[in-house]
Amino acid sequence: MTTPGHDADVLPSHSRGERRILDDRDIARALTRIAHEIVEHNKGADDLVVLGIPKRGVPLARRLAARIGEAEGTAVPAGALDITMYRDDLRLHPARALEPTDIPAGGVDRKVVVLVDDVLFSGRTIRAALTALDDIGRPRAVRLAVLVDRGHRELPIRPDHVGKNLPTSLSESVKVMLDEVDGNDAVLVVNAAGGRP
Amino acid sequence: MNRHLLSAADLDRDDATLVLDTAAEMAQLTEGRSVKKLPTLRGRAVVNLFFEDSTRTRTSFELAAKRLSADVVNFSAKGSSLSKGESLKDTALTLEAMGADGVVVRHWASGAPHRLAHSGWIRSSVVNAGDGTHEHPTQALLDAYTLRRHLGSLGARRITIVGDVLHSRVARSNVLLLATLGADVTLVGPPTLLPVGVENWPCQTSFELDPALAKADAVMMLRVQRERMNAAFFPSAREYSRRYGLDARRFGLLPEDAVVLHPGPMNRGMEITAEVADSDRSVIVEQVTNGIYVRMAVLYLLLAGGPP
Repeated sequence: MTTPGHDADVLPSHSRGERRILDDRDIARALTRIAHEIVEHNKGADDLVVLGIPKRGVPLARRLAARIGEAEGTAVPAGALDITMYRDDLRLHPARALEPTDIPAGGVDRKVVVLVDDVLFSGRTIRAALTALDDIGRPRAVRLAVLVDRGHRELPIRPDHVGKNLPTSLSESVKVMLDEVDGNDAVLVVNAAGGRP
Repeated sequence: MNRHLLSAADLDRDDATLVLDTAAEMAQLTEGRSVKKLPTLRGRAVVNLFFEDSTRTRTSFELAAKRLSADVVNFSAKGSSLSKGESLKDTALTLEAMGADGVVVRHWASGAPHRLAHSGWIRSSVVNAGDGTHEHPTQALLDAYTLRRHLGSLGARRITIVGDVLHSRVARSNVLLLATLGADVTLVGPPTLLPVGVENWPCQTSFELDPALAKADAVMMLRVQRERMNAAFFPSAREYSRRYGLDARRFGLLPEDAVVLHPGPMNRGMEITAEVADSDRSVIVEQVTNGIYVRMAVLYLLLAGGPP
């Protein structure tokens, strides 16, 4: 699910209506902690495949895979899983351009797949990602890591690893900025007056 | 994107690039998967309306629609109401009444898809799968996709299209699309098989094949369409073959990394020799595979979304 605030806002940082929740060092610490949680839960890095959901889940997945690899001294495959073709709201908008899907060479069969997204909101994106994963193979287990959980779930889906629990109102939007996409790292909350309706 | 795809000229550079990029993702999404099917067009109906025989194009569209989970109905001229003299309008009204979301139409008359799309008879999106000697936009898109895979960006790339341009909707759509994508197109054929007004097309023309080969990044051989020829356009098949056929000697004139395309079906020994058609720089079989991805992309972009 594209969280409101992902695409359109071009407000300068710190302008009226924006609150900075995490800065680059907070994000780095959260990712390091999540990486260690994943390793701890998985009892090592064996069979892990980290798949990011475009757009910003992909660089997050790469960072997580790199951190896990560093901690365990092994290379952890990272990739991208676009869910556009599996969305439940395709008919509500004109057709969207697809984002790249890149499944690591070893595939996902019998692996432990960690899905990574920047913001967990309604849960519909993750529902779509689980369906997409079904068509690719049969992982042994699927886990979910998100940088921000902003609440307002519309489906029975919960994350396994969360960078920051961030209770929000529906009139607010959460804007995640990442160096690879936006040129810097930050998580902002934008209220309706300064962001999208 | 427009709601219909009737002509390669309907696509500006951004649209064309969007279709080609989407096709590349379709390839990624289906190649080597346990399930080669996407749920995207579930519950949508695509009608293949073919007034002219074409097994490969119809099959390609059918497979593309099915890979996107659409329901596909084939309406062929033979053995249907179309062969009993039903008019295009009545056929269209029938399809509308049946609730078709997309109509893929091939017709022997140039302009039939345009009529279908703009007459107000149906609300569905119309995709031109070849009309008369006019256009065949998805063939041009699959050719451009294939070229892009081998040449990278098409900007300033030299593409030589050889043969029966006059009767070729493939050539017309290709010239329009390749020009939009910035390629440098040269049409080569006997004067009798170059259409009147070709000097106004966004391309160059030549009656001689050899000089056009040395600098070509790709050469596309057109089928000699005997079924459309009701007059003597060239003295004999042998003479045509000698002057415009791609044989081993001419193949040797091409730069080392140039590729050979053919929209099929080929007349081996006529416009292309078997030796060239089967060489490792011939991408003719790959064109067929790419056709499915490009048609998936077109169907997705036209049918998946709702109104803005």
